[in-house]
Amino acid sequence: MPYRTVFPRDLFADLDRLQREMQQAFDLSPSIRGLTRGFPALNVGGTSKSVEIYAFAPGVDPASLEVQIEKGVLTVVGERRVDEVPEKASVHIDERFAGRFRRVVTLPDDVDANAVEAGYRDGVLHISIARKEAAKPRRITVQ
Amino acid sequence: MTEKTAVTQSGEAARNETTLLPPVDVIEDAGGITLYADLPGVPKDKLNLHVEAETLTIDAEVALVIPEGMEPSHAEVGLPRYRRVFTLSKELDAGKVAAVFDRGVLKLRIPKAEHAQPRRIEVKVA
Repeated sequence: MPYRTVFPRDLFADLDRLQREMQQAFDLSPSIRGLTRGFPALNVGGTSKSVEIYAFAPGVDPASLEVQIEKGVLTVVGERRVDEVPEKASVHIDERFAGRFRRVVTLPDDVDANAVEAGYRDGVLHISIARKEAAKPRRITVQ
Repeated sequence: MTEKTAVTQSGEAARNETTLLPPVDVIEDAGGITLYADLPGVPKDKLNLHVEAETLTIDAEVALVIPEGMEPSHAEVGLPRYRRVFTLSKELDAGKVAAVFDRGVLKLRIPKAEHAQPRRIEVKVA
C-alpha cells in the first residue's frame, strides 16, 4: 500500500522503502480479499506445544474483540474507532485503518480448540492455542 | 566472538537496520497539529521521540512475549522496529509537544507558536 505524505522526506530512504515494499508484496500470495496486508497484520508461529498468533491491532477496545474457533478456523473480529476529525480541521495524512475488521486463519489439525488463551497488550492481541496431547512429540523408550 | 563485540555490532546494526514505516494520521486545526501513529507491540519504555531543530523522529522497538523455541511460519510484521521522520514547519512550537501513548497508538499534539495563533482583531467603532 503506498503511503501518501505531504511532508518532504529523504529521497533515498523513500526509494529504499519502495523497494522493500515491492519485495514484500511479491513474497506474499495475494489474498482473495484484495489486500496483501489486511488489518490487523498477523504473525503466526509455532512451538512443539502450541500455535501462537499475534494480531497487531493498536488502539482497539479489548471488549470489542471477538476471537472464535470453529472447525479449525480461527476468526478475529473487531472494530477500531478513531478520534473524529474536529470541524474546520484539515487532514494532511490519513493512513490509519478505521472501522470494522475481520481476519481468518486456518489452524493446523493438531490444535486443541478448548485450550486457548488470548491477551491484549500494547496493541497486540496474542492468541496461544495448545496442541493436542496426542500430537506432541513423544520419546519412546526402547526396552 | 566475545560478548562485547556482539553487543557493539548489534548497536551499530540498530542504527543502520531497515525499519517499518508506521501508518500515521495528521490533522491540523487552528491551534496546532495532531499526529496519530500506530506502533503495535511497543511498550512505553521502548518508544523514543526526538525533536531536534525542526525534525521530529519517532523511533520504537517491538517487544512481544514469545514462548521459547517458537518458529515463525508467517510474518506480516517482519521487522522489530518502527521509524518515521517528519520535518516540522516554523510556526509549530516544538518545545511544547505533548505525547500520549496508549495501546500501541501514539498521539502527539504540536501546538502552533503564540505568534502564529490565529487572532481575531476587533473593530472598534469610533
